Amino acid sequence: MSEHTAVDTNAEHHADPDVVRKTAIWVFLGSEVLFFGSLISTFLLYRTRIGDGPGAEVFDIPFTSVSSFVLLMSSLTMVLAHHASTRKDWRQMRVWLLATAMLGMVFLAGQVYEFTEFVHEGLTVGTSPFGSSFFVLTGFHGAHVAVGVILLLGTAFMSFAGRFRPDEGMNVEMVGLYWHFVDIVWIAIFTIVYLLQV
Amino acid sequence: MTSATPATIPAARTGIWGWMTTTDHKKIGLLYGVTAIVFFVVGGVEALFIRAQLALPNGEVLSADAYNQMFTMHATTMVFLVVMPLATAFINYFLPLQIGARDVAFPRLNAFSYWLFLFAGLFLTISFFVGGSPDAGWFGYAPLSTQLDEVVRMDYWALGLNTLGVASIVSSVNFITTTLTMRAPGMSLMRMPVFSWMSTIVSFLLLFSLPMVAVGLFQVYFDRNLGTLFFDAAGGGDPVLWQHLFWLFGHPEVYVLILPAMGIVSEVLPTFSRKPLFGRNFVIFSGIAIGFMGFGVWAHHMFTTGLGPVAEAAFALTTMFIAVPTGVKIFNWLGTIWGGRLQLNSSALFAIGFIFLFVIGGLSGVTHSISPADSQQHDSYYVVAHFHYVLFGGAIFGVFSGIYYWFPKVTGRLLGERLGKWNFWLMFIGMNLTFAPMHMLGLNGMPRRTYRYGEGLGFDMWNLVATVGSFVLAFGVLLFLMNAWRSYRRGEAAGDDPWDARTLEWSTTSPPPVYNFAHIPEVTAEDDFWHRKYGVDEQGRAARRDDYVPVDQSTPPPGLHLPSPSYYPILGSFGIFMMITGLVYVPWGLLATGAGAVVTLWGMFGWSMEDLVREHH
Amino acid sequence: MKQAEHQRRPGRRSLPILLILILAIAASGCSTDLPQNSLNPAGPAARQIDDLFWLVFWIATGIFVLVESALIYATFRFRRRRDDDTEVKQVHGNTRLEIVWTIIPALILAAVAVPTVATVFDLRRAPEPSENALVVNVIGHQWWWEFEYPEYGIETANEMTIPAGRTVYLNITSADVIHSFWVPQLNGKRDAVPGRINHLTLTADAPGEFLGQCAEFCGLAHADMRHKVFAVPEDEFEAWVAAQQEPAAVPTEGLAAEGWDTFQVVCTACHNARGATPTVSREVIGAEGGEETVFEVSLAPDLTHFGSRTTIGAGTFTWTEDHLAEWLDDPSSLKPMTPERNDLTTGRILGMPDFDLSEQEIEGLIALLEAWQ
Repeated sequence: MSEHTAVDTNAEHHADPDVVRKTAIWVFLGSEVLFFGSLISTFLLYRTRIGDGPGAEVFDIPFTSVSSFVLLMSSLTMVLAHHASTRKDWRQMRVWLLATAMLGMVFLAGQVYEFTEFVHEGLTVGTSPFGSSFFVLTGFHGAHVAVGVILLLGTAFMSFAGRFRPDEGMNVEMVGLYWHFVDIVWIAIFTIVYLLQV
Repeated sequence: MTSATPATIPAARTGIWGWMTTTDHKKIGLLYGVTAIVFFVVGGVEALFIRAQLALPNGEVLSADAYNQMFTMHATTMVFLVVMPLATAFINYFLPLQIGARDVAFPRLNAFSYWLFLFAGLFLTISFFVGGSPDAGWFGYAPLSTQLDEVVRMDYWALGLNTLGVASIVSSVNFITTTLTMRAPGMSLMRMPVFSWMSTIVSFLLLFSLPMVAVGLFQVYFDRNLGTLFFDAAGGGDPVLWQHLFWLFGHPEVYVLILPAMGIVSEVLPTFSRKPLFGRNFVIFSGIAIGFMGFGVWAHHMFTTGLGPVAEAAFALTTMFIAVPTGVKIFNWLGTIWGGRLQLNSSALFAIGFIFLFVIGGLSGVTHSISPADSQQHDSYYVVAHFHYVLFGGAIFGVFSGIYYWFPKVTGRLLGERLGKWNFWLMFIGMNLTFAPMHMLGLNGMPRRTYRYGEGLGFDMWNLVATVGSFVLAFGVLLFLMNAWRSYRRGEAAGDDPWDARTLEWSTTSPPPVYNFAHIPEVTAEDDFWHRKYGVDEQGRAARRDDYVPVDQSTPPPGLHLPSPSYYPILGSFGIFMMITGLVYVPWGLLATGAGAVVTLWGMFGWSMEDLVREHH
Repeated sequence: MKQAEHQRRPGRRSLPILLILILAIAASGCSTDLPQNSLNPAGPAARQIDDLFWLVFWIATGIFVLVESALIYATFRFRRRRDDDTEVKQVHGNTRLEIVWTIIPALILAAVAVPTVATVFDLRRAPEPSENALVVNVIGHQWWWEFEYPEYGIETANEMTIPAGRTVYLNITSADVIHSFWVPQLNGKRDAVPGRINHLTLTADAPGEFLGQCAEFCGLAHADMRHKVFAVPEDEFEAWVAAQQEPAAVPTEGLAAEGWDTFQVVCTACHNARGATPTVSREVIGAEGGEETVFEVSLAPDLTHFGSRTTIGAGTFTWTEDHLAEWLDDPSSLKPMTPERNDLTTGRILGMPDFDLSEQEIEGLIALLEAWQ
């Protein structure tokens, strides 16, 4: 995810690489808002179109609440990782990065379990537009979590490999921005898809 | 790091490996430009096939199947593989130069965007050789695009467009970050050249519109391959959802295609009129206004879909009023020419031609906003006439103006003027002969996307005229290619500032050195370069400053760090190419998809490690 | 001398060319040999649209002439003359002018907006019961039109007969992909969207024949999906309905009887001949405002009164024995279709296959179909 910027060391002109990267990630997340916005809009359009298949009654709210909580906790560990990196406490940073990745994987495992359950109860992508839009929305969110886990593990790995960079803290911050964004999207999905359906 | 002399061009210095691993925004810009011109020829040949088929009633040049592929690929090629990358070429090359930066914010990401664009373009082209090109229109209306699940053509289309979209989003992030963070000292946002402004607006439009169509394209792909029911009416889905998602992208896309051309014209006219752009801030703000309003007019593409009178009226109104900021731009260009001393060379001719033709396209666009009238015009040749006036008369003429304008900066040589004038007039006359008759055809009731028409409908004469015109037009483009080739080989040496121009790119050498500027300019005014050369006399006329001394940009400054070449961008994008190719042929293709994912990850991993290695020495 | 130079200059030529084109548009509005012309309205809806179009057209033409002549004038007046290197006044802009050329176009557009919105609501109005509208269900198929007259229990394909002067209210939907129903002389177009019902009113001022064709790209033979509307006097319409209500007669002797034998074996899997063959159909659901309507639609054009039609192949060819013979011999040679994708279990029919009919069989079928007036 890191990117070397075309900044010269000429004193006459110097763009702060941290600012450059942070700008880029914010801009990119702006695009992601529209992506999830469109997926959520599709779901809202199709939420009642359950055809002959099951509808929102397949949701196991307590279970999903727990996995949502796990994902929320991962934002906390992410903050701790970032905090450690600003203190240049690399050991602590690695621990929290791995903890975040672990929580993310627990969430993903929960999603896999949940999907399997729904399929057993007769809700698949092809059952109804409700099923199609539910699985595609939550599936794309899951894919984003998976990418986040890879980024977290990659960042931790680079740190383990002993290759510190003066701006490594920035990388953690960038991954963190992405991770928090994915969490916020989940809060929206959990509210709109699960809670408002029941 | 050698200093560039006007006679040297980058290709002469580096081999093919140099081009494949380049991270120099100027080389990447050139790659975009040349690739787009190649696709321009491909899309043009497709257009000539279409016109040949329609020259006479019941034409038999193409089968219906071939015709449907032709018009689908003509549009897809021209929009995504020609006009957009041509704009990206200019943005890549000139945005950093105009704002006084050494490169874009993320040079390797920039290379990645280009290679991904190229592979996606090839991917779409390959489809032609493996069972036929996409054939459900560039707009791919569901359920036609989702229904023919036994043919892979529309899988190529959905995956190819989505990949192009990823490439565009990545480059938009790059350009926006560049404008926001990399401007030279003193280059405030309002001092940015208008072309840079339009480039930034376009990047925002892409950034926000592409994800919406990406969702739609995924839904099309899933409907075709996973059995989802997004657009399957029998299963409870709604085909109209696709239209919303497509046009929520598709209409901002129209401004994505035209705003760069407007930016170019806003550079060309002041330079050749020797006057500043009239109402500069109004031109910039009208561009912003167009960008915002562009997101609020999409349903005017759906006036016959059955949205209900309230929505129809609302979108008719928003569509009408987007004409206002567009008109503001035209009047300001007129104001720029007015009272100036316009040097009517090829570049200026194309700019004037742009305004002339764009006015026609704009006015016919207003007739579409009259939604009852649009219910007659919609999907008829009248619409084809309208958007060719905007996209060919507008975007392409603007781009040609830009090519004549900046060719000397890029190559160090002037494009030939004599052939240039022929080029302009043949294209201008050819374009009007081709597309003006289509207004009549449409009003006379000829629907678009029809591979043949019967006799006795009154379509014969105008179709023949249009076909003749298209060949005149093609000949004009051919002259351009000849002109470009000849001038590139042995054109007149241009010098650094052949037009006595206004913006920073002209203050460096032609072609610019890899590091763009030996000394990053300190900007103190709009059109800073001009103000270093000229002041005003008592009558308010431009007056050359006696004390102006050009800055020597050919000696590289000491301690310069430039992005080093990298082959990871091309590797990573090739991995994506493998992935999408595999996704066409589910389930066995998934093996290729898996392999592609590994290649992409390898590319990304090497990419981030490469950085570390370099920081170490 | 200056004049002469002006003459040589290009640009000047283009305005006359474009003026000619404008006149050509204007002229084509008056032309009568353009049967699909949207500028030659033959009913109130089309006329309303036409009036609005011309209003905007002339305003646009005025703006066109003003702006383009200003552009051409400025280009010549302020062009650089040979060896003229004097500098010009550096004008940066003029706020008052900016306001003027923002407000004036906005006012013009606002003026156009009023009749536009009024017309939108007017055209989308459903007919009052007092108008005694004739309801026709229009169902788009790849690549032909099905017209059902629910009041009368009759069905035709590609040729719609309506009573002149009476309002006809169409319920438009599709059996497969999106199509668009368009008869330019009677009204604008309206999409046939699967799963939805759209409406359009057609009223013909006087008896006549009006051409149209599908206006939304619907696949391979989109160009060959044409239709006709026959407006006839009310009494003729009644007679037409009565004739259409007759079942298809089963011939007992002659060539037609041979044709009937072939027909029963080859054609009845997709085609209906009411009263003579078992009905084949499938259900298509159209929704409107939350309410669903079920349409029983045919798989292929209803042939009950095929002999009374004027065209074959969805309006693409005139009804002649030669064309019909060619069609029966190899349908895809006349009109591109994809019968290899037909699926009788789902009722998805994408064209008539080549049944390898003998000359004898073809003659029999032609005789049969001709008899079904």
